[in-house]
Amino acid sequence: MNYHAIKVIYKFEMLRAWNTFLQTIASPVISTSLYFVVFGSAIGSRIQQVEGVSYGAFIVPGLMMLSLLTQSISNASFGIYFPRFTGTIYEVLSAPISFFEILLGYVGAAASKSLIIGGIILFTAGFFVDLSIAHPVWMLAFLVLTSITFSLLGFIIGIWADNFEKLQLIPLLVITPLVFLGGSFYSVGMLPPAWQTVTLFNPVLYLISGFRWSFFEVSDVSVGLSLFMILLFLTICIAIVWWMFRTGYRLKQ
Amino acid sequence: MQPIISIKNLSKTYASGHQALQDVSLDIAEGEILALLGPNGAGKTTLISIICGIVTPSAGRVTVAGFDIIDDFRQTREMIGLVPQELTLGAFDTVWNTVSFSRGLFGKRPNPEFLRQLLRQLALFEKRESELMTLSGGMKRRVLIAKALAHEPKILFLDEPTAGVDVELRKEMWRIVERLRTAGVTIILTTHYIEEAEEIADRVGVINEGRLLLVDDKRSLMHELGKKQLEIELKERIDIMPANLVDWNLELSADGRQLTYTYDTQARTTGITMLLQAIGDAGLSLKDLKSKQSSLEEIFVDLVNLKP
Repeated sequence: MNYHAIKVIYKFEMLRAWNTFLQTIASPVISTSLYFVVFGSAIGSRIQQVEGVSYGAFIVPGLMMLSLLTQSISNASFGIYFPRFTGTIYEVLSAPISFFEILLGYVGAAASKSLIIGGIILFTAGFFVDLSIAHPVWMLAFLVLTSITFSLLGFIIGIWADNFEKLQLIPLLVITPLVFLGGSFYSVGMLPPAWQTVTLFNPVLYLISGFRWSFFEVSDVSVGLSLFMILLFLTICIAIVWWMFRTGYRLKQ
Repeated sequence: MQPIISIKNLSKTYASGHQALQDVSLDIAEGEILALLGPNGAGKTTLISIICGIVTPSAGRVTVAGFDIIDDFRQTREMIGLVPQELTLGAFDTVWNTVSFSRGLFGKRPNPEFLRQLLRQLALFEKRESELMTLSGGMKRRVLIAKALAHEPKILFLDEPTAGVDVELRKEMWRIVERLRTAGVTIILTTHYIEEAEEIADRVGVINEGRLLLVDDKRSLMHELGKKQLEIELKERIDIMPANLVDWNLELSADGRQLTYTYDTQARTTGITMLLQAIGDAGLSLKDLKSKQSSLEEIFVDLVNLKP
């Protein structure tokens, strides 16, 4: 195992976040605060409670997931796409480092950044609403698993994309709508029955539902199913990355 | 002695169907400087990229110090440093950070003293805290060399190290290569500047259309393939070749004042004495005589123009 290589890739990626502090850290804090102002205070004050939880607190897990998913994908995809774009990837490819170690460095850093952002959002939320976490260990487990899974997805997108437009395509056109329609700001039970069925096909619903359960013990689907689904996404992402590395897809000619 | 790099029957066909390398075999000795000469698209970069692990070979085998480049990639890559052709560097990293990154990436523990010394040798020490995008082209190229040397490799690949750089910088590169050779580093460089190969290489390999046409010691290559020419300047202008000189295959210049005689330095006799005698017999007076050896460039052009 080339620990030095994993360490320098990880450090390099974390340093990049620090150098783009406003974009990486401050921007999710500001956008979360805006969500709280708009949804939590302006609109939320007119909504009594959702499944026994105040609306302001109810949206916290959804907001965290929204940031976690988009940040994991954008950090990991940019982390691997940019060296491909500038050509500096030659150095990583010619180094005595296995693909698994490359993955540990890049995905590890992207997932760490997402976790930090998730923590910051949780901390920020504490200023706006009273929060209690029923199952902190499960909450952390969901947080870690989601960060890793979606950082892997970001890594896949970063290898697949051959221009900046493609890099933005999936996060903007697929992930953001799925998160918004996956119960970030509402309970699925609030929808008409037909739409409830449609929503069950949205994979993000399972992530948000399980995550929300770890806070308030209320969920749209069972926790076991949520956990199963996230492990399934993780397995699919690992399988795709494994195939990409085995074939050298868009990395090696 | 076992070669440090051994290439056996290496071929590469890209997905597009382009055959970049065809059955290339080559041994490279430890400590030598080998120049791979060839026109653009000849397969030089593909050859280097395969050895470094960036491109997957279609057929054949490469070993570095006895280790296979695919099965034992950790051992082989640790020994190799690569300076790419393009100035591929990040924009916002500092010189120090990027060089430290390279050292770690190749599995070496941090050694600030070594890196400081390396940057001093490459005249980059004063710029160690500068962002890469603020550096000049010449400095960026030196940073790429520093990155390639950061993990103390035994073998250095320089892919077109002086492409598009000015004369001063090119000479500086040559000095750097000379210093590395003194330190015992094996150097393989690709170039299409013949002058470069002539100046710094021990051996020259000529590659064209994916085939290695020949590899030879630079001096013996020039000696064996080099033709010599004798330029004979005449006092008076002549319009037609005198009858007794027709069989000598002389070239008459357009202004009728110079004869050029091409001869083989390896032949038993050059025929110069008899030619001069014949010129005297033809009643011509000489103004000046000059002989010149064909350069590596002319040899190279001759070789790549030969159809395989």
